Parts: sequence; structure tokens; C-alpha cells
Amino acid sequence: MTLRRSMLFIPGSNAAMISTAFVFKPDSVMFDLEDAVSLREKDAARLLVYHTLKSSLYDGIERVVRINPLSTPYGKDDLEAAVRGGADVIRLPKTETADDVKELETCVEELERKCGREVGSTLLMAAIESASGVINSVAIATASKRLMGIAVAGFDYVVDMQTERGDGSELFYARCAVLHAARAAKIDAFDVVYSDINNEEGFLKEVDVIKRLGFNGKSLINPRQIELLHNAYAPTQEDVDYANRVVAAAEKAETEGLGVIALNGKMIDAPIVDSAKRVLSRAQASGVRR
Amino acid sequence: MQIIQEALAGTLESSDLFVRVSPSEGPLELILNSEVQHQFGDQIRKVAQETFAKLGVSEGATVIIEDKGALDCVIEARLEAALLRAAGDKSVEWETLS
Repeated sequence: MTLRRSMLFIPGSNAAMISTAFVFKPDSVMFDLEDAVSLREKDAARLLVYHTLKSSLYDGIERVVRINPLSTPYGKDDLEAAVRGGADVIRLPKTETADDVKELETCVEELERKCGREVGSTLLMAAIESASGVINSVAIATASKRLMGIAVAGFDYVVDMQTERGDGSELFYARCAVLHAARAAKIDAFDVVYSDINNEEGFLKEVDVIKRLGFNGKSLINPRQIELLHNAYAPTQEDVDYANRVVAAAEKAETEGLGVIALNGKMIDAPIVDSAKRVLSRAQASGVRR
Repeated sequence: MQIIQEALAGTLESSDLFVRVSPSEGPLELILNSEVQHQFGDQIRKVAQETFAKLGVSEGATVIIEDKGALDCVIEARLEAALLRAAGDKSVEWETLS
């Protein structure tokens, strides 16, 4: 079970952030070659991300690269740097249709063969940033076996919807639609960035909403948000105690060859056991909620 | 690779490297200014020489490095960016960088 609570954006051209961000231990880092990099620095950022991927700096942290759309003059070069560098995941921005994902998959497979990477070892994720993308989210989420998740990206989406960021109601439909598409496809779902980095209370309020909805995690733009997010996602001691009892009961039932799992006289089914394992996995990663 | 024009890459920010490449006569000249020259000067020069060799740059250029404590991966990336720009080369031959 891969924990993906925090995905920290790092501008691909920023040597200082690239050289230090691993110390904050996000679950994933996302080296950005798209919006965070000016047009005249695209070439240099690509090389910086390539060599960072080749180094051991981010060992133990999932490494995602956000490329420019393949329709731009930069997308294919970005993809080559990312795949050859050994990126774990390619994040496709502005995904509108399943064909966008399929095109990416074809290009990735071609590059894997060219550079000797195991075919299928590069995972994909799609960022949904428009009304069309939201409407097509089920088709997008099921477009490739390589997809590990889909993300809502708020800034472009609210512009497309002719509104602006507010209390979250402007994202309500997109969040629910993308989340349902992800769950139907059995992949992960990631929420938008929270850009008011000094508003801890607002950030935690938003985290509470998206956690209750069922998102795996959130894209982040500041390392300070990582610990807050991980703590909010950490289970309570009560949750951990219950999860331990559920897993113990499941193991006992399996040892004894019983088809039915019981705890305190109540039947427990497989989804409850899976949920308990997720709770223990989160507790192992970030301890118990403070 | 032939250096045909002056080019820059990187920044003077902490953990980064600023590289200036210019065409010149004669053998390749490397000038290194680093805040950590005493401890890491040899290592920075080693990474630079390996990068020159990979890209086939051995003459006709002056390379000035202003290092602000960059890691090896940053040194390689900034040098390659500056050299490719100085060669007027917009496409990267990734096999040569591996």
C-alpha cells in the first residue's frame, strides 16, 4: 500500500529547493517543468530534473515529473528527460480526454524501449483542470493501466468555470466527480493546492473536507504544509487500537480456517479489514494524531 | 561540440551554480570561484572535467563557474545547459549524458 498523502511541488528550475526539499519527507515530490518554469529556462530545468532523478537525493520518496502538454514544443523533450532520468510517475497537465492519456502512454512506452527501462515501469497520473476534463474523468481514469491516480487542479479549473477560488463550493462538483472516477477505476485521487500558505487554519479546514470526501492526499506548494497534512491524515489512538483488534481477529480467523471474522460478537467483512490495514499503514508512516 | 557563442546558465542563489561559457582560442580554460573551494574545489573540477568529456568540449572555450554550494547533480545540469546553449544546440543527445 503506497501512501500518497502529500505531493510537494518543486519548480524544476529551482536548484535550492531541489537540493533541500527531501528533508521534509513528503510522500511524493513533483518536479515541475510546466507552469513553474519560464519559457527561457525550460532547457535548463529539464537537465536539472534529469540529473536530480539520476542522483540518490530522493531515494525513498516517490518522484513525479509534471511535463508540459505533449501538444507544446516542450512536452516530448520533458518526457524524454523524465523517463530517461528514472521518474516514478509522469504527471500530465490539462488532461481533457482519454486519448490524451493514451497518447502519453504510447510515448512513454516508446521511450522505455529506447532507453532500456522495463516497459510499464513508468506510472502516469492525469491532472484534470477544465470542465471537459471533469466530464470525461471516468474515461480518463480508466484509459491506462499505468495510471496510479488523477488530480483536480484548481487554478485553471476555476478560470474555465468562470469563477474564482473561495470557500471550496466552487470545486464541489469537480472534487466529487474526479474522486468518484478515481474510486471506480481503483486508483488514487489528489486534491488541489492550498495557496494561502500563512493560513494554517484555512488549510486544515480544507484538509478535513477532502479527507472526509475520501481523497488520498493533496498537492502542496510549501514544505510547511507537509507535517500539518500528515498529522491530519494520521489516525487517532482509538482508531489504531480498533484497527489492531480487527487485523488480529482477521488473522485468527485465517489461522483457524474460519470463513467468518468476528470481533466482540459482530461480523467483520473484508472492506473493514482493508480499512483497518490502511489505518495501521498511516499510523506507521506518521504516528498517531497529536 | 564547438562553442560558437557566449552563454549563461544557473543563478547566484545558494545551492546553485552560475556558469558563463565564451568562445576562445586555444585549449579549454576553466576558472572556478567557489565559497567551498577549499573543501570541494577538487570535486567540482572533477565533475566539470567529466561533463566536458561527455559533451566533447576540449578546446576553444573559457568556462567560468561561480559556485554557491551546488550539489553534483546541479553542477552537471548547469554546466550542460550553458555548454549546449553556447554551442547553439537546442536538442539534447540524451545517450551522451547518461
